[in-house]
Amino acid sequence: MRAWYRSRTVGQKQAVWAWIFLALPLFFFCAIRLFPTSYTAYVSLTDWNLLRPKNYIGFANYLRLWNDPVFWQVFWNTFKYLAIGMPISLVLSFMVAYYLDQVRFLQGTIRALYFIPFLTTAAAMAWVWRWFYQPVPIGIFNLMLVDMGFSQQPFLRSTTQALGSILAPAIWAGLGFQVVIFLAGLRAIPETYYEAARIDGVGRWTILKEITLPLLRPTILFLVVVSSIGFLRIFDKVYNMTVDGKGGPLNTTRPLVLNIYQLAFTDYRMGYAAAQTMVLFVVLLAVTAIQLRALRSK
Amino acid sequence: MREMFATVAAAALSLSMSVTAKAQTVEIEYWQYFFKERVTAIDALIKTFEAANPGIKVKHTHFPYAQYQTKVAAAVPAGEGPDVVQLYYGWLEEYRKANLLAPLPKDQFDPAMVEKEFFPIVKAMKAEGSYWGLPTAVRSMALFYNKALMKEAGLDPSKPPATLDELIAQAGKIVKRDAAGNTLTAGYTMGPVGQDHHWWREILVRQFGGQAYSDDGKKVMYDQKGGAAGLQFYADIATKHKLTSYGFMDETQAAFKAGRAGFHIDGSFRIGTFQGVPNLDWAVAELPSHNGVKSNFASYWVNGVSSKSTGPKRDAAMKFMKHLTSDAAMQLWLKTTGELPAKPSVGLSAENKNDPVYGPFILGLAYSHTTEFVNEAKQRQIFLDMMDRVSLQKMPVADAIKIAAKEEQQLLDDHFKK
Amino acid sequence: MRLGFDPRRDPRKILIWTLVALGGIVMIMPFLFMISTSLKGRGEVYDLRLIPLAPTLENYAYLFRESRFLRWFLNSFAIASISTVSVLFFDSLAGYVLCKYKFKGRQVVFVAILSTLMIPTEMLVIPWYVMSKNLGWLNTYWGIMFPGMITGFGVFLMKQFFETVPDALIDAARIDGLSEFRIFWEVALPLVTPALSALAIFTFLGSWTAFLWPLIVTNSASNYTVPVGLASFSGEFSTEWNMIMTGAAVATIPTLVVFILLQKYIIRGVILSGVKG
Repeated sequence: MRAWYRSRTVGQKQAVWAWIFLALPLFFFCAIRLFPTSYTAYVSLTDWNLLRPKNYIGFANYLRLWNDPVFWQVFWNTFKYLAIGMPISLVLSFMVAYYLDQVRFLQGTIRALYFIPFLTTAAAMAWVWRWFYQPVPIGIFNLMLVDMGFSQQPFLRSTTQALGSILAPAIWAGLGFQVVIFLAGLRAIPETYYEAARIDGVGRWTILKEITLPLLRPTILFLVVVSSIGFLRIFDKVYNMTVDGKGGPLNTTRPLVLNIYQLAFTDYRMGYAAAQTMVLFVVLLAVTAIQLRALRSK
Repeated sequence: MREMFATVAAAALSLSMSVTAKAQTVEIEYWQYFFKERVTAIDALIKTFEAANPGIKVKHTHFPYAQYQTKVAAAVPAGEGPDVVQLYYGWLEEYRKANLLAPLPKDQFDPAMVEKEFFPIVKAMKAEGSYWGLPTAVRSMALFYNKALMKEAGLDPSKPPATLDELIAQAGKIVKRDAAGNTLTAGYTMGPVGQDHHWWREILVRQFGGQAYSDDGKKVMYDQKGGAAGLQFYADIATKHKLTSYGFMDETQAAFKAGRAGFHIDGSFRIGTFQGVPNLDWAVAELPSHNGVKSNFASYWVNGVSSKSTGPKRDAAMKFMKHLTSDAAMQLWLKTTGELPAKPSVGLSAENKNDPVYGPFILGLAYSHTTEFVNEAKQRQIFLDMMDRVSLQKMPVADAIKIAAKEEQQLLDDHFKK
Repeated sequence: MRLGFDPRRDPRKILIWTLVALGGIVMIMPFLFMISTSLKGRGEVYDLRLIPLAPTLENYAYLFRESRFLRWFLNSFAIASISTVSVLFFDSLAGYVLCKYKFKGRQVVFVAILSTLMIPTEMLVIPWYVMSKNLGWLNTYWGIMFPGMITGFGVFLMKQFFETVPDALIDAARIDGLSEFRIFWEVALPLVTPALSALAIFTFLGSWTAFLWPLIVTNSASNYTVPVGLASFSGEFSTEWNMIMTGAAVATIPTLVVFILLQKYIIRGVILSGVKG
């Protein structure tokens, strides 16, 4: 065994070690994640209703989904969360992290202020926001609007404003997480690069564009992928902020995962829920693959 | 060595003895959702039950309400979980069809006796000639009113509205709005978070001359007579009479609790919520009638026995069922949780009928109806969507009714097809 | 002093500081509101002023007296701590391998691990439940925490941060004859302390707030975690919001402590990577 190992090339030795180190995590992922995922794929081909035995029905669930207007509505809602939420949250959090990094006085405290929303229980925070959005005489936002001479806005009770009204606290809650990752990324850039730039007398903008952002590429890639997955899987904000957790009014805020949850656990339509899960899975894979490709380091 | 052997033998002997002693004790498990008073009530009932049946132990487990259905659905089909389980009456059909429940044996729960003793609404629990679950308590609805606001508006708090017309007139005196027309105090509460869908389905539709479903529960009928008129009446509360704005203060009960609403229709389970609130001067009346029609909506949670429970456990579970549906249990349940006894003989006692708080609810039970939901959450959502179309999209009531009826008929058809 | 501005002289710095600090204060308004609600009595909950009229600690007393909050708290703490240690070790090891080793199948493994993030937990709970039942894990600590012992999220995070570690350093260590594990443990890992601290915070928090799975797998109030226990205050027809807020306020304490303890390592990491990089 030892002789065999010694006679390997450097590359082969590395491969041996790689698989040794990866063995346990891979076993874990297969057992806990990939196996249940393939099980879900199987369930999507059945009419399982959770309570009774399942029957194989081929692709009927997928056909049903194709013709289901609610599914398409929910599908587009999910994309809206992604398309609006991801860029806004990334730009905001980068700006905060970039400037926070330059702040010395009370930096730890200020950083904690940004992170606290991420630490608090989602259900409690969603309720607070829900009350902020109420009409007068209790909702803070509307009280401010009325004080400033504007008319009241319906916010959550509107088919057009509700999605944005839910997105705001979602971005708010996740901002601290992204700020911390950006900060860690900024900190990982070796000081020497900046020193060199300073000696050359390079301006702030150029440093940002030529040094900071390119060196942040792995961090940005990570955040783009993770926050995309997060927004495409948005669930508990909508669950906690809409009436009965149904993603109303008229399904205008309901995302795919909430739809899946409702199908599975209040309608018991496991097979149909599984089919939608597989669609979500494929969409997430595709989105991630595109992002990995587009942001690949050169 | 010999001593050691003797000790081991003695230990083994005592162990096996304790095992046989244990074998005579049957432990069964009971599941319900968490509500402080219900938990207290069940604990008390278990105590009296165990005292009367020394060989049986009952393990009581409870889960958060919002996820109770999820929890039961995950555990019971997997063969885990309770011997006796509390289910919402609207779920029973699904569980029964899936063979997850055991029928209550006819010698212990004679269907004829059940029909004689219980309020007629429990009939929904009968299938294939047997009962599959029975409630300890039932709920009905009534009109809560804020006495202080009535006085302030120059109304007599001893004369709450008895008809819908009176309700509109009195609420009109209570409502307060700011210069821009925003509601500050509601005359009547209305909103998506509340019991209004029951009020419309079983009460308003009937009062306007129709009924929401066919008698066998398989056909939607509110798109014919009464439905549109009832919904129009309901929508007018906000739009025409401007007694509130739909969704005022998010939850209807919150508005009433905060003293910002004059009238509020809700279930008997709400009594406890209002009782503890300082500075809230309130009382209860029977639901207003209309066109001489009185109606009410009753619902309940049933106890059922899981089909996985067999042998001595099944016997013990049935004994416990008997205990949970006894007269004594019902009286205790009323005292502890404020929910109404499921048997007229217990509920309609003079004492209960004349109770200023429970009385209106108990009287309402006598003329109440139960909706045979196939999927309560979904059917409620159909009503909420219908109201959203009317209130947000300004869709005419008749059109909104049509859409809702179509969706709900589809749901019923899907259910009964199986 | 990273960009070489002197805060006392540079007015731009003062502006930045003010804006960043103001933003921070806006960020915690809902949180302050939560604390305020936890200090309100039953009748005052729906009165939405920030300073309670009659502040009371009754909710806190009730929480500890009437529920098994302390037990839930300890359960959550134990579970979150163990999961965090496990995640830190395995995720950084896997992330390191995926970043620094060249071998056949690396990309496939990476994508497979990444894909584990893409199935919502909501659909996994049923297979996990059946698995736990067959293996006797229902209603145990292990049952609650096993799905979170290694996370795809952490592997990805660590892989990205190991990219900032120069390959030359690792090659040098190999030439020095260090074993592969010691290169990882003694050379590479210390260089990604900021990412490790961040991962520790996120993992602890993720475990601390996990809801659906702990709810499904536990069967008795003594095994509940904080979020599952707190959900009991959400009733069939109404929710005791002052109690939810009180519980949420207390539940924030350990996560805040973990954050404060670990956030300084995010800074300390700089010095290390600054010196060696």
